[in-house]
Amino acid sequence: MLSVKNLHAYYGRAHILQGVSLEAKAGEVVALLGRNGAGKSTAMKAIMGLLPPAEGEVSFAGRRIERLAPYRIARLGLGYVPEERRIFTELTVLENLEVGRQMPRPGVPAWTETRLFALFPNLARLRERPGGLMSGGEQQMLTIARTLMGNPSCVLLDEPSEGLAPVVVEQMAHSIRALKAEGLSVLLSEQNLHFSRAVADRAYIIEKGQIRFGGSMAELAADASLREQYLSV
Amino acid sequence: MSLPSILIQLLNGLASASSLFLVSAGLSLIFGVTRIVNFAHGSLYMLGLYGAYSLIEALGRTPLGFWSAVILAALVVGLVGVAIEVLVLRRIYRAPELFQLLATFAVVLVIKDVALFAWGPEDLVGPRAPGFGSVEILGKRIPAYDLLLIAIGPVVLGVMRLLLKRTRWGALVRAATQDREMVGALGVDQARLFTSVFFVGAVLAGLGGALQIPREPANLDLDLAVIADAFVVTVVGGLGSLGGAFLAAILIALAKAFCIGIGTVHLFGTEIVFSKLTLVVEFVIMGVVLVLRPYGLRGKKPATPRTSGEIAPALTSPRWQVAACWMVLFLVVPLLGDRYVVVLLTDIACFALFAASLHFIMGPAGMVSFGHAAYFGLGAYAAALLFKRAGLPMEAALLLAPFCAGLFAVVYGWFCVRLSGVYLAMLTLAFAQISWSIVFQWDSFTDGSNGIVGIWPSAWLSDKSVYYYMTLALCGIGIVFLWRVLFSPFGYVLRAGRDSPLRAEALGIDVRSFQWAAFVLAGMLAGLAGAAFAFSKGSISPSSVSIGQSTDGLVMVLLGGVETLTGPVVGAALFTWLRDELARDTQSWRAVLGLVILLIVLLFPQGLVGGLKALIGRWREARA
Amino acid sequence: MSAVLQVEGLHKDFGGVRAVVDVSFAVDAGELLALIGPNGAGKSTCFNMLNGQLAPDSGIARLGGRDILGMSPRAIWKLGVGRTFQITATFASLSVRENVQMALYSHAGKLGSLLQRFGAAFTVEADALLDQVGMLEQATRLCGVLAYGDLKRVELAMALANQPRLLLMDEPTAGMAPRERVALMELVARLARARQIAVLFTEHDMDVVFSQADRIVVLDRGRLIAGGKPDEVKANVNVRDVYLGGMA
Repeated sequence: MLSVKNLHAYYGRAHILQGVSLEAKAGEVVALLGRNGAGKSTAMKAIMGLLPPAEGEVSFAGRRIERLAPYRIARLGLGYVPEERRIFTELTVLENLEVGRQMPRPGVPAWTETRLFALFPNLARLRERPGGLMSGGEQQMLTIARTLMGNPSCVLLDEPSEGLAPVVVEQMAHSIRALKAEGLSVLLSEQNLHFSRAVADRAYIIEKGQIRFGGSMAELAADASLREQYLSV
Repeated sequence: MSLPSILIQLLNGLASASSLFLVSAGLSLIFGVTRIVNFAHGSLYMLGLYGAYSLIEALGRTPLGFWSAVILAALVVGLVGVAIEVLVLRRIYRAPELFQLLATFAVVLVIKDVALFAWGPEDLVGPRAPGFGSVEILGKRIPAYDLLLIAIGPVVLGVMRLLLKRTRWGALVRAATQDREMVGALGVDQARLFTSVFFVGAVLAGLGGALQIPREPANLDLDLAVIADAFVVTVVGGLGSLGGAFLAAILIALAKAFCIGIGTVHLFGTEIVFSKLTLVVEFVIMGVVLVLRPYGLRGKKPATPRTSGEIAPALTSPRWQVAACWMVLFLVVPLLGDRYVVVLLTDIACFALFAASLHFIMGPAGMVSFGHAAYFGLGAYAAALLFKRAGLPMEAALLLAPFCAGLFAVVYGWFCVRLSGVYLAMLTLAFAQISWSIVFQWDSFTDGSNGIVGIWPSAWLSDKSVYYYMTLALCGIGIVFLWRVLFSPFGYVLRAGRDSPLRAEALGIDVRSFQWAAFVLAGMLAGLAGAAFAFSKGSISPSSVSIGQSTDGLVMVLLGGVETLTGPVVGAALFTWLRDELARDTQSWRAVLGLVILLIVLLFPQGLVGGLKALIGRWREARA
Repeated sequence: MSAVLQVEGLHKDFGGVRAVVDVSFAVDAGELLALIGPNGAGKSTCFNMLNGQLAPDSGIARLGGRDILGMSPRAIWKLGVGRTFQITATFASLSVRENVQMALYSHAGKLGSLLQRFGAAFTVEADALLDQVGMLEQATRLCGVLAYGDLKRVELAMALANQPRLLLMDEPTAGMAPRERVALMELVARLARARQIAVLFTEHDMDVVFSQADRIVVLDRGRLIAGGKPDEVKANVNVRDVYLGGMA
């Protein structure tokens, strides 16, 4: 579904991604783990075309996308949920969803407001609420729902559990499992190992712009030294 | 002062405010989404007027003909807007702001000549709106059409609000205004969205113009006059806010109407002519608003300026060999050439200093001015007035003039350095327009539109060649002084403040004060250039303060390149010579100039000298 | 010995969200104090209140007997505080030496001169500072073309120009190559000890934090949840919880 090979990217002169390779198969939830500043968000942006990669290949649904504009990538069915959420604060919940709306894609679950409100019941009560007046958890739900309105076949979720209260994190995990049940692929970046273990099939660990580990969640759970080295304080 | 007369002025003012609001709303809308200040918006308004005039002639002076013409004119102007977006702006969305502004200004020049070609130089007085009589209010007759116009403002505001709030397009526009990149990441094609926004913005400007045809003759000066007014409205109302633009248009119209309505008042034995204070009132309103709310009544602080990733290159002092060559050229050529060459070279010397002073604040200090002619023109007028009205000797007038120009720069600059980027540029333009209007309207002091004549240099300078050498010396000293300052601690602070205001503040540097001082210094030297220019011509007219003069300076600097010190001088020489040649050979020199600017902007975003340097650099690299 | 910077009861709300809640700590002369925590813990908010970019809701930050909270960045600099930025802020069109000279000119209050040549003063002093941070060989290069790690060094030299009592370093090694990170902080530690400068820094590279910091304070959701020597912090249950989500 999504495959990244030897991706390099820079912020200004800072060499952030130093040859990242990873893969997410159809219907799979993959976690990209790492500490602050390890390069998780940059990897997401580079895949989405928001930060043009300097080197490397990105393939999605059988097409090379590393040179495409973000809107073309989105239209191929790759959804992006940014870490900072980037809700349109002056727009209501319904309007935020409207901006995300794209034509349905054959073979991919088609989302409507009604179905999304069923998935995120909190949003249903807030239809006319401006995005700027919502809590962090509600905004996180909205930013995911907004991306789903584009009927993606694969979603990049950048730190979905960050800054959320434990009970909201629980809901988020539930929602991601629901997406998987719909047949969507998900690549999520996380610092929270607990959360990742609750939702992901496989995991990569990124550290200082390079992939240091790739394997199943079970393998990761079994290797305490790995966790200690890359994820602990 | 009577209530009915104030009321009439009020309604008259509000009728104009409606159109001004439409133009400003279009400007705001386009800026919100594309981040481009469309200088050509006044031109679109002007096209609306001309278009309506011609279409009414074609369709007949019936109510149906009139209204079809107005709507058709607005739509056609909308298509012109689309053409501008697709042909020019789409190619330079990633270019520096300055070049985008310059490109839209080039469009102004082209449209002006197209209008001149199509409709001729005479004012075209449109028909009254058919089917509209007049209404009697408080014993005064008021055109019913004015009342309709007054109603149209709020109606359009309402319609725009509905469009923005109730349609998918509106949601996309509002979303893109906040976060274009995210909208793109959600699958929206920005190019198409931008084109549509340009269409709507242009339709608004066209409609604003077309609706004025029964009240205002179509003429070729409307473009810049309207854009300056629209800038004031936008600065006061807040960039990107429709409601703010509406509020500001009404506020300014009310204040002006009130002044005209009050008329002449005798207070404590002095006569105050309030009707002449309309511009001052506009100025005062803008000043108060900017002090209290720097981003306008309803505007918000602009998000942190986008990181362009481009780094201003280092400044290198011109090599003395190059400078010497120039000096020899300037010294020797007049000896060989005829009187015409001497006059041309005198002009070039004055404009070189003018351009160098503009470059000083624009390049190293990073403050783009669209109204630098204010100081050139005010210096020229100060010299003329000191000479004629105060009876000072010519030499004293010439040397005192820069200080008068500097005084204005002190006041204007105080406001300007509080803003940055496009806000700053718009404000400088508004100040220049205000200065122009004062000069133009104050007949009793400045001789108004005729200008001041008979300001000749003293006997020892009466020979054209002698005057040329004096000008060359004065302007040369001015330019060298500016260069010198750029390499002093003061000049370094300006560059530091431009490169990283954050770092400068963290080093304890009060960037704003330095910028203010730079503004004044540049104003004084532009004033010196203006004064020398005035005595070389023997007369001075309001056009020396005009927006046209300001943009000439801008073109000179950008033509030569902001990045080099010699650029502005080369640009001034080239531009002055080119304009002279073009004006002699062709009627449509403005259009040619506009196309040349567009070409330069699209091909050499670093200016000619910068582009040349880059080419040479690449050639050397290839050889090495 | 008394603290150079004493922060007490620092507090900041953003529209109802409590970004920083009752944070107190102190930094001593010659000491490196690391402020760490997950994303969104309030590190940057704390930092921006201390460097004058953000006004706090309440609290005191005493620097040599004066409360610096709410002062402008300019005033804080004049009290002897040097800063480096998370995303480097240098004067890109100026050379490395000129960047440092700018700081020295400002410290000496001699920026107003119109005709003196900028290059004529403070070159020796600038070069001495550049030598200390290992950037002397690159003194004539423009900051705009420097590698990221080198820019961080230039920032450090500029921060040292006003002979600071306190250095505020926001993510000093962000964006640097791994090898450079420890080297830079070792340099900072050496300078701090030699000149008795107090250093407060945020950092996400745990190798750097645990090898270079003298003490560490940990923020989570705006609150201080732990503080102490590196070993103590490493052993703290709360801290492991925050970083590992309760799985460790």
